[in-house]
Amino acid sequence: MYTQGLDQKDKARQPTGEETAAQQDAFQARVDAEEKIEPKEWMPAAYRRTLVRQISQHAHSEIIGMQPEGNWLTRAPSLKRKAILLAKVQDEAGHGLYLYSAAETLGVSRDEMVGDLLSGKAKYSSIFNYPTLTWADIGAIGWLVDGAAIMNQIPLCRCSYGPYARAMVRVCKEESFHQRQGFELMLELCRGTGAQKAMAQDALDRWWWPSLMMFGPNDADSKHSAQSMAWKIKRFSNDELRQKFVDVTAPQAEFLGLRIPDAALNFNAETGHYDFGEIDWSEFHQVLAGNGPCNRERMEKRRAAHDDGAWVREAAEAHAAKRAARDAA
Amino acid sequence: MSNNGWPLYEVFIRTKSGLSHRHAGSVHAADDQMALDAARDTYTRRMEGVSLWVVRSDRIVASDPAENSAFFEPAEDKIYRHPTFYEIPDGVENL
Repeated sequence: MYTQGLDQKDKARQPTGEETAAQQDAFQARVDAEEKIEPKEWMPAAYRRTLVRQISQHAHSEIIGMQPEGNWLTRAPSLKRKAILLAKVQDEAGHGLYLYSAAETLGVSRDEMVGDLLSGKAKYSSIFNYPTLTWADIGAIGWLVDGAAIMNQIPLCRCSYGPYARAMVRVCKEESFHQRQGFELMLELCRGTGAQKAMAQDALDRWWWPSLMMFGPNDADSKHSAQSMAWKIKRFSNDELRQKFVDVTAPQAEFLGLRIPDAALNFNAETGHYDFGEIDWSEFHQVLAGNGPCNRERMEKRRAAHDDGAWVREAAEAHAAKRAARDAA
Repeated sequence: MSNNGWPLYEVFIRTKSGLSHRHAGSVHAADDQMALDAARDTYTRRMEGVSLWVVRSDRIVASDPAENSAFFEPAEDKIYRHPTFYEIPDGVENL
């Protein structure tokens, strides 16, 4: 999910001169024994590289993810909903920070990661390049997008790299409120007026397929997943997680009285799973390439927030310097 | 804009009285007070702590994992430090 774009860039897959086969084997043996790898312990350069990219992309996704929901903070229909949405958006900022913190244990600096996001070099989850057009979108995001994220994040709690696994435990505890408030919001709309229910249906119509795309390409097109699985960074394949998400979510949609926009969606009694239709991968690739509805806006807002906040950072530094000088005197 | 003047602090939280502080993660801050405030906002949004410690990361002295076997070697073969080394016959109570 947070490994979009990882595949193309990582060319150095052979161990370098400094990494002997013995070291690689010893490392793999630790991973196979379900031992956690901790900071400063020996690890293949490729393992470090792939984790830095994945964890930082995950962090960037949380930060950018604040924007589509932040869009509705001033227009929440009640004080209760406003307070809830504020708390959720604050959590997303916090999640980003846990993840930057975990990534830094691998030797990359916060400056470098933030710089890569602002320059456009770093990627973030494509789902956040879609707009929130109505209040119901907030419900759909909590229910579907956070739902998909949870599906991906629970196995990550057992990933081989200690700091990432522990950050995920913290995130998962907070994420379940995110999904529940979204579902509850949708429920209230579905039990409301005809117009409210229609708004909920419209949001589901627009967020369903992008949520399925969050799990990444089909396994057959995901050649480099194998190494992540061997290193126990990735525990389940894209298709496995996507299938689980559909199986879990389809009954929830039924309960809401909403129709999932997939004519091929059907419970298969033989397999015990839901069959579902083909994803339009051309849309996924367009959004990844920067041509989604909100890619440019997300980056502009992030850069503007960074620039507009400069005075706060400068003030904090000036204050710290002044106190240090006073204490030294 | 750079974080160069903003050192990294490690964050430790005591979740409730009776427990020790445990490492939760890290924050960047311009000074100690800001580090404490940032740690509170980042790691205790749900009253997860009654006490916070923040320590500049560069002040922490850590053992080197690459030296683990040599460093911890003295303890490795002293099995007589464990109660299970000692055979106490049945019938002896409270030992």
